[in-house]
Amino acid sequence: MSEKPVDTTKIRSVKKMRDLMTTYYLEALSAGQNNKQVAWITSGGPVEPLVAMDIIPVYPENHGAMIGSAKMGEELCAKAEEMGYSFDLCSYARADIACSVEKGGPIGGLPRPDMLICCNNICGTVLKWYEIQARFYNVPLFILDTPICHTGYTPDIAAYVRAQVDEYIVFLENVTQRKLDHDKMTQVGKLSFEGQRLWQKVLNTTAHKPSPMSAFDAFFFLALIVTLRGTPIAVDFYKELIAEMEQRIKDGISSIPHEKYRLLWDNLPVWHRLKWLSARFSGHNACLVADTYTSAWCGAIQYIDEDNFLDSIAQAYTRIYLNIGVDQMADQVLDMIRFYDVNGLVMHSNRSCKPYSFGQMDIMKTVREKTGLPVLMIEADMVDPRSFSQAQAETRIDTFMEIIKQREA
Amino acid sequence: MICAGIDIGSITAKAALINGKDLLGTLVIPTGYHHLNAGIRVFDTLLQQNGLSRTDISFVVSTGYGRASVDFADKTMTEILCHGAGAHFLNPDIRGVIDVGGQDSKAILLDDQGRVENFAMNDKCAAGTGRFLEVMARALEVALDQMGEVGQKADNPSKISSICTVFAESEVISMIARQEKRENIIAGIHDAAAARVANLAAKIRIRGPVMMTGGVAKNSGMAAALEKRLKLPLIIESFSQETGAIGAAVLAAGTG
Ligand code: SF4
Repeated sequence: MSEKPVDTTKIRSVKKMRDLMTTYYLEALSAGQNNKQVAWITSGGPVEPLVAMDIIPVYPENHGAMIGSAKMGEELCAKAEEMGYSFDLCSYARADIACSVEKGGPIGGLPRPDMLICCNNICGTVLKWYEIQARFYNVPLFILDTPICHTGYTPDIAAYVRAQVDEYIVFLENVTQRKLDHDKMTQVGKLSFEGQRLWQKVLNTTAHKPSPMSAFDAFFFLALIVTLRGTPIAVDFYKELIAEMEQRIKDGISSIPHEKYRLLWDNLPVWHRLKWLSARFSGHNACLVADTYTSAWCGAIQYIDEDNFLDSIAQAYTRIYLNIGVDQMADQVLDMIRFYDVNGLVMHSNRSCKPYSFGQMDIMKTVREKTGLPVLMIEADMVDPRSFSQAQAETRIDTFMEIIKQREA
Repeated sequence: MICAGIDIGSITAKAALINGKDLLGTLVIPTGYHHLNAGIRVFDTLLQQNGLSRTDISFVVSTGYGRASVDFADKTMTEILCHGAGAHFLNPDIRGVIDVGGQDSKAILLDDQGRVENFAMNDKCAAGTGRFLEVMARALEVALDQMGEVGQKADNPSKISSICTVFAESEVISMIARQEKRENIIAGIHDAAAARVANLAAKIRIRGPVMMTGGVAKNSGMAAALEKRLKLPLIIESFSQETGAIGAAVLAAGTG
């Protein structure tokens, strides 16, 4: 084996990204002083009309991820339980509800919303969660109901969701007392489409061997396509990020020192253990090169018509990863296994996220049957560390890697 | 070439020596608080018993929860691969392994070379482990190693429905208060624990012949309850407790 030193230089864009996110949150937190309105919106919700109407979108789920990464999840979740919420409730919801009351968390709580936008394409939890917050803040709530497409997108679903997109616009016009500028809407739609296209391109760079970045980096860089989708900021940033990744590939810079095994991750990240997980896998020369989670923000791009944006988002927002049937989810996982050419699949059975974790056993079975690849299931929770046992995860990861090494030997 | 395997479990430390296809010897001692000391003690004593010294050993693999503490081992491996390799060494026909140890239980699927195809472990919970049986034995004032025998005398096994060990213990205590027969309660406990383990086995779709390993394999009541649940006979070797250590030695021989 050649022993030339491997360059794993840090990704430069990290700093820029941090700055952009700081600016975004500062603007959101000072919205009141600047006569701007704030809408809280679910991560899978159609944000573009908000951007077009100059309303600042804020994502409690992104905030939840920050709480998890800052290891403040346990305290806030426990607080919500003291308030009477069940331990079984999604930890994003628990952390957010507690944070609203406590003004706690890494940034002292989110800015007060002027309205709430809830799209149930990700789960049913958000319905009750947003209803609770609508009562707490006494602000109007808009619910966009996207039926689950178990087998496909029917004309009935299309008509039903499309009609709600119009209602959504009317809702925003009523709350803001302003009319939607349709030219601006078209422009935002194009930027959103372009942002998603670029985000997919960022993710595609990890098909290269060795991978210039890992899923852990993707979890970080994801925040922009979630929070600033539809703005030039996201578009410009991802162009730079792609350029940096392409340069890394050219220079032979890899995410981990000795990439020997490539893995695919399923489900949300375990925010409070990112460093630990990344080190554990790279200790086995394994890089998590891709994941099913971050691609959710560009996975429905084929349904978007950038020249006919409002008409097409009904379909694009309804047919996202968490709102389709398990068979289709398994197909997407299989596609990713092939595209990224991985040696195994790591599934995070997430105590919080039922829609994501439900069906994992079936997907696991399909992957095994169709590819013969080893699949690992780790029980954890994205934010609440009380649902995670490090010693057990350690043994499982080590065993899984031993199996892969034995197979690939 | 003589190779050694050392398995530091939560309750007992095990060591095994092999030379090619021959098992030279095994030893089991209580782990105690200090993992490294337990490793040194079990290893050195076993060497002594076989008239060997450390320099005679070509390669040492450590496994089990305390595997990382064994600083004199050449390599560490997880219990799963070791139990698989150990079971294959003891009986090459084995395709499924069910290991019930002190604080965890696992089901393993093997290929014809003894390599692990798939595995499942219990989740953050002591139900279906040796610890579960230990807690119950204490509540019932029965010696742990008597549980199997006593449970076999049941005429009408009790039904324990709680999954959680702590809740199951309160269930057992209320049964004691109702003066249910001890034999029946014990049979109920075995069945409850067996149900959890059978669940793991079902997850990986276990296939026979199946070997049961780990300390709990010595409990005949638990083994019988498990056979009933799995609808498969279980092969239990006299080395059930040392299978992991034997497998570690086998893997040591493969690497060294
Ligand atoms: S349940 Fe899942 S999809 Fe719903 S809010 Fe929680 S993490 Fe998100």
